[in-house]
Amino acid sequence: MNKNYFEVKRAGINTTFQDQGRENLYHIGIPFSGAMDNRNFQISNKLVGNEVNFPIIEFAYQGPLLKYFGENINFAITGDVKFIIRKKNTTIEGKCYQSFALENGDELNIISTNKSVYGYLAVSGEFDVNYQWSSCSVNTKANIGANNGKKIEDGQKIYILNINKNFSDKKLNYINTKIENIRVIQGTNFDYFSDEGKKIFFEKEFVISKLSDRMGMRLEGPKIENIVDTNIKSEGLLKGVIQVPADGNPIIMLSDHGTIGGYPKIGVVISADYDKLVQLTPGSKIKFKKVELADAETLFKLYDLETQNLISQI
Amino acid sequence: MIKNISNLGDAALYCDFGPEVNKEINSKVIRYFKSIQKENIDGINNLTPSYNKLIISFDLRKKNFQTIKKLIENLNITNDDELETNRIKIPVCCDENFSLDIKRLEEKLQITRDKIYEKFFGKEFFCYMTGFIAGMPFLGDLENELQAKRLETPRVKVPKGSVGLTEQFANVYTFESPGGWNIIGNTPKVIFDSTNENNPNLINPGDVVTFEQITKEQYYNNNE
Repeated sequence: MNKNYFEVKRAGINTTFQDQGRENLYHIGIPFSGAMDNRNFQISNKLVGNEVNFPIIEFAYQGPLLKYFGENINFAITGDVKFIIRKKNTTIEGKCYQSFALENGDELNIISTNKSVYGYLAVSGEFDVNYQWSSCSVNTKANIGANNGKKIEDGQKIYILNINKNFSDKKLNYINTKIENIRVIQGTNFDYFSDEGKKIFFEKEFVISKLSDRMGMRLEGPKIENIVDTNIKSEGLLKGVIQVPADGNPIIMLSDHGTIGGYPKIGVVISADYDKLVQLTPGSKIKFKKVELADAETLFKLYDLETQNLISQI
Repeated sequence: MIKNISNLGDAALYCDFGPEVNKEINSKVIRYFKSIQKENIDGINNLTPSYNKLIISFDLRKKNFQTIKKLIENLNITNDDELETNRIKIPVCCDENFSLDIKRLEEKLQITRDKIYEKFFGKEFFCYMTGFIAGMPFLGDLENELQAKRLETPRVKVPKGSVGLTEQFANVYTFESPGGWNIIGNTPKVIFDSTNENNPNLINPGDVVTFEQITKEQYYNNNE
């Protein structure tokens, strides 16, 4: 029955199935997971005529090389991604934010993301994936989600069901903008840090470390001095929470984060800036800007409206 | 009973039950958690009970801090239900390949490893919460002589099954994960099973856990 599939010639660095993620499991230790850059995830689905929360393939830095077998299908890639389509007699240079057709035997080579981390591949059909707690999102630490909770691997096959045969080409004019400052709300342990430490946090630049992944982003830079206690009683964490352990280097919690942590929370990245934050590559400089709760709420409304607008243009 | 409600970022309530960490306060947190869970409030997408805090996350598209705060403040929480308790035994091997921080602990605590094991094994510990990674139990209370701080820089990888100590608590790493607890041994027992969606955790808040020391041979003969 499953006659439409990709053969994975090269898996890429961190290629996983994702969707909107799973809710209401923090209390047993399971985070949201889901696509890191939610806007680009939703747009990729809309560009192939799917519901915005369909499973997609997320890749980081180097994407997969996929050979397609089956009936004609369409796909779209979002993010800032370099890719080519190799057909029998020709090679096509790919463009993000538009749909392309694939025929039996074509190869899709997702070469790399440009100065960004994550890209998204959606197809005009359904990836044949299993769900856990109503989500296919892969959490490789707990081995939860599609593909036995593991990254996509070299040599495996990715099956596709229910190809949409009435597909018409789609396109969106959109450029991913970079963000100058990451806006944060003061954390619940803000007063654990010295005046100098607080000043450093909001005024100095930090560099994103190579030890960053879907769980967290480690930063390096001037040390933030703690004057109360370098531990707190372990308590809940959220996406975007910035913890400062005893070594003074901040860690930002990302979508696969641990649900509980014991380091003081100096701040929380606002919801409006999360999609942009996760796209910052190791080695990039990052600066924090303080905002109040009311501003953060307004900024999120604007960001969400903009996302809905983009989706409705497709 | 909640001493103070503040915001943690723009999409969560941070409910503080006071500075103390003990079973009484924790049981209140767990009762609040269970009551709010039962209410099934539209827009709330996660609840994280811990020792003395309850974090309530919500979908900022549907709700905001003020609306959820009002809802929570107006809830009628009952304190009558007894918390469910299971008694669970966890085998642990302290072979040197597993007890990654035992030397560090001997120095920090100024007691020998035999003394550390004597004060740890066979004692009853209460499960305050689960999380950090899937299914990890936070168990207490350790005696004063066993209480040490976390590692200054957390490990990037703590092996699956590691049993760790920090302050008055013990835990088990259900998966390989980053972490900063002082590791004294390793258990072969499966603590988290994701294929059991209705009941994935072996140990749940309110349960009572006892650790039992096993040999390397017993560890590798364990069929799990």
